[in-house]
Amino acid sequence: MRYLIALVLLAVPCLGWADDWEDRLIFNESAEGPRLRVISSTDTVLFAPVIEGFVAENPRISVEYLVSGTADINRRVRATPDAFDVIISSAMDLQLKLANDGFALPVDDVPVPHWAQWHHSLFAFTSEPATIVINRTAFEGQPIPQTRQSLIEALRKRPEEFRGKVGTYDVRQSGLGYLFATQDARASETYWRLMEVMGGLDVRLYCCSGEMINDLADGSILVAYNVLGSYAAVRAEGKDALEVVLPSDFQTIMMRTAMVSKATPEPKAAELLLRYLVTERPAVAEEASPLPLLQRNDGSDGRETIGLDPALLTFLDGLKRTKFLSAWEDAVIQ
Amino acid sequence: MTTSPTVSGSLRNRLVVTLIGGAAVLAILLFLTVRSYAAKVAQQGQDDILGASVSSILDAAALRDGQLEVDIPYAAFSMLSTPSDDRVFYAIYQDGEFLSGYEDLNLADGPIEGRWAFQTGQVRGERVRQVSASRKLVGLGRQTEIEVALGQTQDALSDTLDQISRNAAYLGIGFFLLTAALSFWVTSSTIGQLNKLTNSVTRRGPQDLSPFKKPVPKEMAPLVTSLNSLMGRLDQSLSQSEDFIAEAAHRVRTPLATVRSYAEATLHRVEREDNREALKAMVRAIDESSRAAGQLLDHAMITFRADHLEREDIDLVVLIRDLVQRLIPIAEMKELTLSLSGEPSVPYSGDSILIQNAVRNMVDNAMKYAPSDSAVEITIIAHPEPQIQVRDSGPGFPPDEIDTLTRRFERGQNAVGTIGSGLGLTIAQDVATAHGGSLILKNRSKGGACVILSL
Amino acid sequence: MKFLLVEDNLDLANAISSRMQLDGHVVDNAANLEDARAFVTTEEYDLILLDIMLPDGDGREFLRQHRASRLDTPVIVLTARSQVSDRIGSLDLGADDYVTKPFDHAELEARCRAVLRRKSGSSKSTIEVGGIIFDPVAGHLTVDGVTLSLRNRELRMIELFINAPGQVFSKQKLADRLFSYDDNVSDNAIEVYVGRLRKHLEKSGMKITTLRGLGYRLDHDD
Repeated sequence: MRYLIALVLLAVPCLGWADDWEDRLIFNESAEGPRLRVISSTDTVLFAPVIEGFVAENPRISVEYLVSGTADINRRVRATPDAFDVIISSAMDLQLKLANDGFALPVDDVPVPHWAQWHHSLFAFTSEPATIVINRTAFEGQPIPQTRQSLIEALRKRPEEFRGKVGTYDVRQSGLGYLFATQDARASETYWRLMEVMGGLDVRLYCCSGEMINDLADGSILVAYNVLGSYAAVRAEGKDALEVVLPSDFQTIMMRTAMVSKATPEPKAAELLLRYLVTERPAVAEEASPLPLLQRNDGSDGRETIGLDPALLTFLDGLKRTKFLSAWEDAVIQ
Repeated sequence: MTTSPTVSGSLRNRLVVTLIGGAAVLAILLFLTVRSYAAKVAQQGQDDILGASVSSILDAAALRDGQLEVDIPYAAFSMLSTPSDDRVFYAIYQDGEFLSGYEDLNLADGPIEGRWAFQTGQVRGERVRQVSASRKLVGLGRQTEIEVALGQTQDALSDTLDQISRNAAYLGIGFFLLTAALSFWVTSSTIGQLNKLTNSVTRRGPQDLSPFKKPVPKEMAPLVTSLNSLMGRLDQSLSQSEDFIAEAAHRVRTPLATVRSYAEATLHRVEREDNREALKAMVRAIDESSRAAGQLLDHAMITFRADHLEREDIDLVVLIRDLVQRLIPIAEMKELTLSLSGEPSVPYSGDSILIQNAVRNMVDNAMKYAPSDSAVEITIIAHPEPQIQVRDSGPGFPPDEIDTLTRRFERGQNAVGTIGSGLGLTIAQDVATAHGGSLILKNRSKGGACVILSL
Repeated sequence: MKFLLVEDNLDLANAISSRMQLDGHVVDNAANLEDARAFVTTEEYDLILLDIMLPDGDGREFLRQHRASRLDTPVIVLTARSQVSDRIGSLDLGADDYVTKPFDHAELEARCRAVLRRKSGSSKSTIEVGGIIFDPVAGHLTVDGVTLSLRNRELRMIELFINAPGQVFSKQKLADRLFSYDDNVSDNAIEVYVGRLRKHLEKSGMKITTLRGLGYRLDHDD
């Protein structure tokens, strides 16, 4: 199956799209039934097994899987809500705001715990921590930092080695990056000190986890901060060079969420997919998909899942965002 | 004999309907009151949170270098989280100019009185509770006013209200059921008093016209009083008519007795045969008419008593022995022997006066036909059913008339045609029927008649 | 025997009195309760015949008072009422028997005798004629020291003769007194009873003489 996906991936650039999607793939194209347009921030590699499982169960439905960045997804959905049936994104705040603003179609009686859904519109189906990914070569003979503080110290100790070789999200472009950043800033001042240190080391800014991990893997950068654990785990597989660190001081855990677009012309099929994601995927597809399952973290062991509640709107406020971004730029871009 | 009263409505139904109707109205009132109070409390709760949230936003506003900064606290929206995940809308205005948030959320109309102004309206097709508040900020040489509108949908509120309404409805229904049960109980215990009175009226014997003495509830006292007065009048008029009958009988029978006595006395002095025959006929006529009158009265009384049969525990042997004793003088006059035999004691439940009267008629009949110096045998047996048999050694019933006699009893109740000797056995037959038994007429094989009163 | 008759109808009272006197009884007649009370307090009676409806009250009231003052003179009530209800009341109040008006004098006599017999068993005064002693209440005839028990009609016949010794009774008169009006009596029947009496009177010093064509008479056996 991997092979098949690889082939498709190779083929994609050749076709050329009117819209500049990061990726686009159609599953079960020959089905005579409805076609679902799924817009997602999740790389196809990670998500394909899920969709395949879905179309295997619902052979009449075909799925067009469109991949884009979280911020881009937010923009596109707001611009043309009827162009998509299911919206999947890791940027919980943007998703919540979409739902709050009325872009989501409520789906009743979905068997999820209350904390994993909002207003019967937005449903979480994974729990994924933000991680620090380190290229081991940079820490040969030395302990790999397990906390942000020890990372700061390590970076300060060997600034020349790390200059230009650290990376994180460009929070101005990445919705998920912004979410992680705001949550980190809320949790600890350490975040700002780390940003200042990284800023001093000419940090490289990325739009997406994927690229960041690619650069890590080929050694372009040695340390990546706030990389999605799921992506990191996939890349680290079979590559001894990469070490995925779950920071032990505090962890920010994001839930990937899905919603049915209010303007969808195929509400029934979209609802089927949503239910499949939430209820059936955990039962059948654990082995096939590297996406972790949903799990409850109440913050008691320093791992806190970002809550699906209106507080997520706070940092999306224009004034607040301006203020945060200017603080961030002050720290990172020197 | 008993005419059913004209029935219009039911006291029980009226009571039940009134009480249950009242209970239903009260239950509905209770439900509405609880719900409206709960709605008020719940709305107050939402308003309090909205107020706290909006004031935390206002507090976070500051003028920095003449520039307005609103650093919305994370808690401001966090506190708006509800179990139903209500949608949240907000808008920040500076001096009336939209700054941030949802542009379609308008400030409260008119001036904001006090600190907060609450209103309920529609935003994006949803019912939204909205608070508007403002704050003046004074910086270096500059003064500005920040206004914040904060709205929240009311899903949680209506969920809570639904739940409270449901509970209030259960409360109301519970109250209603309890009250309904109570009203049934109250009604039946009230009607029970009436039934008790009715029973005690029904259970009374036909002769019992004494006033009711048992205690009754105050409200029933007038009914019992008028019932008692009615019974009093009835008793009085009954005894008046009894007195009248007695007076009439006295007035008629005493002269008859006088005439008979004179006729008898005259007979002893008169020698001429035709005169004697005339006097004898006169005496016979007097006897005949007085017996017929007596039997008619007895028959009427027996018909009445048979309709309201009053059974008491009696011993037939004692009863008949008394009767026989009273008949002995008459039997002796005719040189007849009365013999009583059978069981030493036969307990029975019946009307002693009726039975005595029946047997008396049977024995009278037997004595009439028994030849001089013979015996009239009276036998009482207990099994298979209580029986009183009266035998004589007279000529017996004419065989071709036994059936006729029986038939004559059947139409005996319409007594006009049956005055005379037949009425005695008719009375016996009526008494037997009233006690669920029968009267059997037979001729004895040795000669003579046998009449059996089977009870 | 001394009887008190309480009866307001004078005709009836006279008829009863004369009939009773015929049988040798003494009868006082009270026309109302007041007189009756006066008689009872001054005289002693063997029997009281009591009418119920009297001009100055109810005879039953007199009866009740009479019994309450512990006088046990037997009382026979004369009632005009229908049989059942009145009768029971009278008996409950202590009457010994009752007779419904109009009544057969023979029946009244029979009841009087039965009541007296029940009360006392025998007469206080017996009648002695020649060698016979007659107890009219017990119905005993003692002849030559031997007490004989007579049957009813024999008793009444001897009573007639003893009450009027020397008087001649025709067959008709005897039949009138011995049989009731609805009995069919043959002349032969009287002869049968006379025959029986004669048998009883053997050795008594008395005899019944036949006067041909006239009747019978009780005579001393000379």
